[in-house]
Amino acid sequence: MIGTDIREAITDLMADFCHFLDDDRLEEWLDFFTEDCMYKVLSRENEASDLPLELLSCRNKNMLRDRILSLREANIYNIHYDKHILGAVRILEEKNGDYRVQANYSLYQTNQDGVSELFSVGTYRDLVVFDGGMPMFREKIAVVDTFGIPRLLSTPI
Amino acid sequence: MRNEPQLTWPTSDLSRIPYAVYCDPTIYEEEQDRIFRGPTWNYLALDAELPKKGDFLSTKVGETPVLVCRDNDNSLHAFVNRCMHRGMLLCRERQGNSPNFICPYHQWTYDLKGQLRAVPFPKGVNGEGGLPKDFDRKNIHLHELKIESYKGVIFGTFSNKSEPLLDYLGPEVIYEIDRLFHKPVHILGYQRQRIFGNWKLYNDNVRDPNHGGLLHMFHATFGLYRLSQKGGAKLDERGRHNITWNALGTDDEKTTEEGYEGTKNVYNAKFNLKDMSMLQNRTEHDDDVTLVILSVFPNVVFQQISNSLCTRQIRTDSNNRMELYWTYFGYADDDEDMTRHRLDQANLVGPGGLISMEDGEAVELVQTAVQREQDKHATVEIGGKGKIKTQKSLVTEVPIRGFYSYYCELMGFPVGSDATAK
Repeated sequence: MIGTDIREAITDLMADFCHFLDDDRLEEWLDFFTEDCMYKVLSRENEASDLPLELLSCRNKNMLRDRILSLREANIYNIHYDKHILGAVRILEEKNGDYRVQANYSLYQTNQDGVSELFSVGTYRDLVVFDGGMPMFREKIAVVDTFGIPRLLSTPI
Repeated sequence: MRNEPQLTWPTSDLSRIPYAVYCDPTIYEEEQDRIFRGPTWNYLALDAELPKKGDFLSTKVGETPVLVCRDNDNSLHAFVNRCMHRGMLLCRERQGNSPNFICPYHQWTYDLKGQLRAVPFPKGVNGEGGLPKDFDRKNIHLHELKIESYKGVIFGTFSNKSEPLLDYLGPEVIYEIDRLFHKPVHILGYQRQRIFGNWKLYNDNVRDPNHGGLLHMFHATFGLYRLSQKGGAKLDERGRHNITWNALGTDDEKTTEEGYEGTKNVYNAKFNLKDMSMLQNRTEHDDDVTLVILSVFPNVVFQQISNSLCTRQIRTDSNNRMELYWTYFGYADDDEDMTRHRLDQANLVGPGGLISMEDGEAVELVQTAVQREQDKHATVEIGGKGKIKTQKSLVTEVPIRGFYSYYCELMGFPVGSDATAK
């Protein structure tokens, strides 16, 4: 049995992760990750064929920091709002105090004319660890069903 | 049929491009015949995707679904992915292995050479129904494309008027294919990008080295590619293909700052990454060339950006929609560390690429802006007007004019000051 405290902490983390992205609090969003984190966006098509290529991959927190810096300073992308709708959070397994967590998401993007479109649907497959009582992502992996990326993949999923 | 009054090519050097060419659905329809089914060689796939007998994959030539397979005698075939019976998409899977192709609709079965082998209930039931007496399945064969492959790159053509592949590519392109495919490759995976713009706008984009150092600020900022570096654009004899290349670290601070003076944000010398491993170039060739974007008319781009290698196939959906299909690869003898490095560098390009994510957006914004300006023209003068030839600088867009010179020839569009669309 996984305790209610742990379950709530993990569920809150999953929800905060999405809301910080949607609120464009990308620099604070980085705090949800451990230094040795792995953040990846995988195409379901590649995964099904055992092909290693990612759509986006950061193998440590510095690479993730660079991604955000680049978004802020260098990249030009479609001006939009993100809105994540998170499905039920499933805690699959506990091992040495680390938790395998899974949840489906859908991510809508709304353009400057106020038109919303489904941008991505997929599944998070995460590893949550506790550091000083605080839950954090050591692994955050979005496996996207929508691997035909509309336009471009700029803000994180 | 054509949207005639709007389509004019006022200059014979193709330095003016009518916006109607991106917007008019009747032109798009004609392109499917004259370009994609015309005397051109279209990129289909890489040999490494079909290593075994019976391996097949689905691809596209323009908008036409095409099936590529490896036969039991190891030869490659390409067919229109359509059953000869009632037009059903014969093969629905993206990739797989099979001894034959069975149409899901009525189970007509074809072998790997495209020959019809079996039809269920040929004689009907109890003497009733079935195929007519003069039906001869030996006469039924999938619509086959002619295939030629070079260094493991498979091209196909619909036309029997196409010149041999190597003549079509020409020595400049062959040199680059030899260089990129100098040893066997293995596939790392795919990326797909839906682009809401005309397929030619993407061809323009990759024939425009000038935008690389201006639109793609990531590129410029971290010194992977700056317009002040040694580089250029090589064209084949006919100007229809293009090779944009550059060499890392061949500019100095002064040239760079002078060149980018007055531009906002593009070049910022104080901007640093925390993890530089992604930008490391591991030398794989005897030359100092770190970037090659080779565009082959009409549907493919071959990429080397440092150690990130891929093909980008242009698949059309309509006059204002296309898919860009990215196939990433490494070399078969890469060790685990090199593979990881190539995967890291895959972050630079593709739909989520730190460098290239802008292209999908740029193409769409042009499409949006020109939709109601079809009688107007784009200006293509950077790098000079007149003769279309190889460029020794990256500040050029001459290769775009090369693309349209061949395009207009195939489409039968008259060009020049006296040219009026007929």
